[in-house]
Amino acid sequence: MAMPAGIAKPGAPAGPLMWRSAFSACSWREWLVVVVALALLLALVAPAFAVTADDLKPLASDDFADKATAVDTLMSAPDERVAAILAAMGSDQLFFTDETHFYIGDGTTYVDAITGAKAEPKADALKPVEINNRVRGKIDSAQSALALLSPDRGVRSKAIETLAGSPDPALAKLVDAAVAKETDPALKARLELVQAAFALKSDNPATRLAAIKALGRSENPQTRLLLLPFVQKNADGSFVEPDADTRAAAQTSLDAIDRSQKKGELLGALFSGVSLGSILLLVALGLAITYGLMGVINMAHGEFLMIGAYATYVVQGIFRSHFPGAENWYLVAAIPAAFLASAIIGAVLERTVIRFLYGRPLETLLATFGISLLLIQASRTIFGAQNVEVANPSWMSGGIEVLPNLILPWNRIYIIAFSAIVVALVWAILNLTRLGLFVRAVTQNRAMAGCVGVRTPRIDMLAFAIGAGIAGLGGVALSQISNVGPDMGQSYIIDSFMVVVLGGVGQLAGTIVGALGLGIVSKFLEPFSGAVLAKIIVLVFIILFIQRRPQGMFALKGRSAEA
Amino acid sequence: MNATTLPLPVATAALGTADDRVRLFSRLGWTAIGIAVVLIAVVVPLMALVAPDGSALHLSSYALTLVGKILCYAICAVALDLVWGYCGILSLGHGLFFALGGYAIGMYLMRAIGHDGVYKSDLPDFMVFLDWKAYPWYWAFTDHFWYCALLVVLVPGVLAFVFGYFAFRSRIKGVYLSIITQALTYAAMLLFFRNDTGFGGNNGFTDFKRILGFDIYAQGTRVALFVLSGLTLVGVLILCRYLVTSKLGRVVTAIRDAESRVMFCGYDPKAFKLFVWTLSAVICGIAGALYVPQVGIINPSEMAPQNSIEMVIWVATGGRGTLFGPVIGAFVVNLAKSVFTMIAPEYWLFFLGAIFVGVTLFLPQGIVGLFRRRRGGGAA
Repeated sequence: MAMPAGIAKPGAPAGPLMWRSAFSACSWREWLVVVVALALLLALVAPAFAVTADDLKPLASDDFADKATAVDTLMSAPDERVAAILAAMGSDQLFFTDETHFYIGDGTTYVDAITGAKAEPKADALKPVEINNRVRGKIDSAQSALALLSPDRGVRSKAIETLAGSPDPALAKLVDAAVAKETDPALKARLELVQAAFALKSDNPATRLAAIKALGRSENPQTRLLLLPFVQKNADGSFVEPDADTRAAAQTSLDAIDRSQKKGELLGALFSGVSLGSILLLVALGLAITYGLMGVINMAHGEFLMIGAYATYVVQGIFRSHFPGAENWYLVAAIPAAFLASAIIGAVLERTVIRFLYGRPLETLLATFGISLLLIQASRTIFGAQNVEVANPSWMSGGIEVLPNLILPWNRIYIIAFSAIVVALVWAILNLTRLGLFVRAVTQNRAMAGCVGVRTPRIDMLAFAIGAGIAGLGGVALSQISNVGPDMGQSYIIDSFMVVVLGGVGQLAGTIVGALGLGIVSKFLEPFSGAVLAKIIVLVFIILFIQRRPQGMFALKGRSAEA
Repeated sequence: MNATTLPLPVATAALGTADDRVRLFSRLGWTAIGIAVVLIAVVVPLMALVAPDGSALHLSSYALTLVGKILCYAICAVALDLVWGYCGILSLGHGLFFALGGYAIGMYLMRAIGHDGVYKSDLPDFMVFLDWKAYPWYWAFTDHFWYCALLVVLVPGVLAFVFGYFAFRSRIKGVYLSIITQALTYAAMLLFFRNDTGFGGNNGFTDFKRILGFDIYAQGTRVALFVLSGLTLVGVLILCRYLVTSKLGRVVTAIRDAESRVMFCGYDPKAFKLFVWTLSAVICGIAGALYVPQVGIINPSEMAPQNSIEMVIWVATGGRGTLFGPVIGAFVVNLAKSVFTMIAPEYWLFFLGAIFVGVTLFLPQGIVGLFRRRRGGGAA
């Protein structure tokens, strides 16, 4: 009874993940600095030494407010020296010896902050320019504003996003300049929203009203925060914004943003539901075929998933060592490999174990559970108990941004498309081939099919192999979105049993509707109830549903139904 | 699909003439039971308490706990045999009832810790840890032993009754029912893993101090729990044997073999199935309640589907439909497990998997069937 539960591992991947994000944040900043510096060199005809010692003087003081003002002063005439000084300040690499001598350095080599020429200050006289969070925020937005002029679209896009979150009036002029220069229509639209956010702080009520209306078109959740102050009340009950028209406009804009956000969330839940459903479908499809055919629930079905995923891992390894150039395309080769690996093992199991147990479904349940234990332990012995790493090919990473708060990852989209193709193939095999005809015949009436010459044992073996092979394909898909480990099959298997129970026996349509329905319903329930309660609600729903339709949604009708 | 066609010995026994009731146990059976009672109630306590440390006859507390634990498993196995062997309902969710019984008594044991926990608080440590200020409503009265003892019976019983009522009403059977019971225990496991459920989340209940005022780790308490488990097992065996040899038992066996025919004869299978199912769940709950004080911990992993399936394999290994067999099966499999996990833990799953496949393929009537076949296939 003391078997370890395969579930209690929350937070296990947290360590490496945190490291990774810290690393990328760090490199992102450095990278930005380089790009900004280059961009300024190229894009601006920089007047020599526009930065004067007077501009820098406040940086040597202890007063952080003075330093913040100094950043604004510097930004009034941005050039590559300003970019370098700000970058150095942001990464604690700006030093000074006295109020007029500033140096940028990493501890060993230094350059003069104003001229950019090499310098050799006395190391013991150097004092760092210290900054607090307020100054750091100023520097960050200043750097983003500088990045607006970058030739790289990605850098500009990122900079716009940062600025939209915390508009700083001191940068309004730069943003105006950037709007004028921007050629990409999508970015220009977003920039105009940032401009509107700056205009919100303007003293002119008409400008503010126009800005509020412009922001209502934004679908970015961040702009919501900018608009909120216009409809809030002070402690004494009066509105912060005295003008009623402006308030009403702000409310309208807020409602518009909320609506678009709702839309995004709804679409997002729908998408992840379809995505979960498509995976359940890949798992349940094979299960439904074997169950319909032999009346046997194959408890080892989840392990065929695992075999498929490990086959993907092995193919990846072969590509890495033998065809490093084509590594991105290992997945294409993994698909037939995973199918064959699972199908062959499935056929062997059918021949050696399962066919001796026909007519005894409960015993088959136990035997296949034993097989699943054997397969899990075998993979643990071969590949180790730890999860193995299966990388996404580069063409599968990233995603398309449909709405500002809704990004659809490519790997999920590919998996949905993949399972659609698999379903189409299975449909074609079942309905267009001779084998499919036999499979359907044996499903409906085994004895009669045997009488007219169908070799039922062979059909059983082939159908079982195909079912296992489809699970192997599911394993390829799963390897792209979740961990590949010896007991990965266990986490999907109960859900896919539910799909089969819900969908009915041996009915392709039932399985599809069951899988997608289950996926979508659980994803829609999750925000309200949490993942665990959603599972329980779904289970209770299925038990109640079976009360009404004991044979599933798409029951076989007629005389064959009682078989 | 529903009718199992295994020619089980008891089925033949039940087909005797209508008026002569099958004997409760043969002379051999009664002797075995007598020996078991003497062993459990006299010999083991003497070996554990009186025999001096280090002597060959002394029973260490490790061995005592191990055997006591297996006795509880054996009770579960008998309960499972009642529904599977005699009624044809293969439950893959009996671990849930076992764990619920354990949690019910665990609530009392947690309350009995009193102020001796790590935080010296009125509340159990895990509640202090979660910053709860008071007991949730369902913890009311759990400081009374007898109330918790009632819960041990009621909680699994009511859950089994409600679930069984809906399942049997819509005539869910065979593989379908097995799958749904498995999903039930899986869902319950997920529920109990949550901290918000109020049963200690991941860690469950542990660090018990005393039961009914006795130190839970004292040798005397352990022996008392052991004796109680052993006698419960004997009692459950006699009760189940009484049931399956009664008229009710014959109807139940008939349902296993041909449910439709029983229905056409004018019986309502639903009521019979529901009775046997609920009784089996209650027995499992009692086994869980005896188990938890002995091992000193209960957590949601007891509800993992795999545990429930392991229970089934005890029954299958010993021989289903024999009542004695599952006891043997529970002992064989669990002793093998403790041996394996000590010598070669990595091969235990291979062994367990092989038992599953081997027993279903080559030993459809289990170990008991093996002996019967050797004796020429007589009735019990």
